Amino acid sequence: MTKTDTVPSAIAGGVTGGAMTRFAQMPVFWRLLSLALFFGAWELAGQSNFNAAFPTFTETFAAFVEMVLDGSMGAAYLRTIEPLIVGLAFSLGVGVAAGVAMGLRRDVEFLTLPIFITMQAAPMAALIPLITFVYGVGLASKVLAVVFLAMPVITINSYKAVRNVPGSLLDMTRSFMGSRWQQITRIILPAASPMMFAGIRLGVAEGFSGVVLAELLITPTGIGDLITYHRSVANFGHMYATIVSIVAFAVIAVSLLYHLETKLFRPEKRGQ
Amino acid sequence: MNAIAQAEPSATVAGSAPATPIVRTRGIHKVYGGTVHALKDINLEFKRGELTSLLGPSGCGKTTLLKIIAGLLEPTEGEVEVNGKPVTGPGPERAFVFQDFALMPWATVLRNAAFGLELQGVNRSEREERARHYVNEVGLSGFEDKYPHELSGGMRQRVGLARALAVDADVLLMDEPFSAVDEQTRRKFQEDLIHLRERENKTFILVTHSIEEAVYLSDRIVLLSPRPGRVGQVIDPEIERKGDPDAIRRAPEYLDLTDEIWRGLREYVE
Repeated sequence: MTKTDTVPSAIAGGVTGGAMTRFAQMPVFWRLLSLALFFGAWELAGQSNFNAAFPTFTETFAAFVEMVLDGSMGAAYLRTIEPLIVGLAFSLGVGVAAGVAMGLRRDVEFLTLPIFITMQAAPMAALIPLITFVYGVGLASKVLAVVFLAMPVITINSYKAVRNVPGSLLDMTRSFMGSRWQQITRIILPAASPMMFAGIRLGVAEGFSGVVLAELLITPTGIGDLITYHRSVANFGHMYATIVSIVAFAVIAVSLLYHLETKLFRPEKRGQ
Repeated sequence: MNAIAQAEPSATVAGSAPATPIVRTRGIHKVYGGTVHALKDINLEFKRGELTSLLGPSGCGKTTLLKIIAGLLEPTEGEVEVNGKPVTGPGPERAFVFQDFALMPWATVLRNAAFGLELQGVNRSEREERARHYVNEVGLSGFEDKYPHELSGGMRQRVGLARALAVDADVLLMDEPFSAVDEQTRRKFQEDLIHLRERENKTFILVTHSIEEAVYLSDRIVLLSPRPGRVGQVIDPEIERKGDPDAIRRAPEYLDLTDEIWRGLREYVE
């Protein structure tokens, strides 16, 4: 049961990881060309006027520059980033620790795994009104929304990653008289790190959804407020600029994580 | 060799007493999950400085026996003694070479080869110096800073061997070390192992399913019969290994013995 539940997420993480490395390896020219093609298509689609609410790329870009210059973008990010960082820090700390503990010990697994499986399966948007009801409309609710979305995938991937460490590597440390602590720090954690980081990347991406969802559903602040406000006054260029900026921010955060992983744990992948 | 040792049974020069058993198993039984009888009443003695092969068809429990000797598995009944002391777990006098190499993909050849020493807390410069020596010994000098994925299967197993040699154990336990490498590499590896034995005074216990490999390398072959694994036969091939390693494969003793063992094992296959 639990296996079939969690394997797809792990695989998805692995695939995005691989796709990201491949993207990072592409020569700059191709990357720029692919972006140029995308923006060009956007511009054409915008100019065709198929939808009044769809701005052109140039309009959107101008709106973006305007919002950066008048400070509204910066102020919005400052608001949004607070629950995001607090929520992600909590999800990473508790999530990785709980996942590793579940991977290492059967008793912790039996106690904790059902909670995370439920959290992962539950449709979080449905729970947000409940969270608001209990914790109000302040920071706590938004942090909880981030945690609820980010933590399960981080935990379950960490747990699976620890369980998937090859048995012969574990036997190897034992046969050379390594202690349990040495086994965990020198074999299990580095061996588990690719899958663990795949989960962390997915979790961070989920955390972004969580914070935006909270800002749209709980109280309009930060980025959520910018989106809602510009939509209500039909400033579609500004609305799109905000949306694209948060997407780009999430992509950059997730890619940075990938580089951090290669730097920290997997020196053999650096040169590849 | 044997004649000299028998003439001087009390010789104390290191390794000059090949007749004393270094590893002894007494009444080993292993039952998995209460129903699968993997090993039944294994009583064996492994002599110091010899290379003994555990040979048998798959499912005869040979790897299980090797892991019990290594202290990685506990026997259901019976005990293993190494140097006269009962085994309760892995020990510094035994080192294991794994079938799938068990290398850390994130570590260089040098760190992998030094890992046994690293776990023992040997300081960096000393363990790297010793690892470098054995990396060279197994023919991998120049590859110290490569990662396992940059090496061929045969080279990876050489790293596994260097790691086992570096901890300076008396007994090397090898679990089908050549089964995951191609035929040409395997032959070269087998020849190198014969040369290595001339330099390093170690006791080898080798698990294999290859009759040719067992006859080519071993001072003693233990044939295990399958389900439950029992000692079927113990054979001491009298093959001269001093000269050209290729000559062994043409020697009549080698050919006759391979044939004889195959005739004995044939009934278990099918």
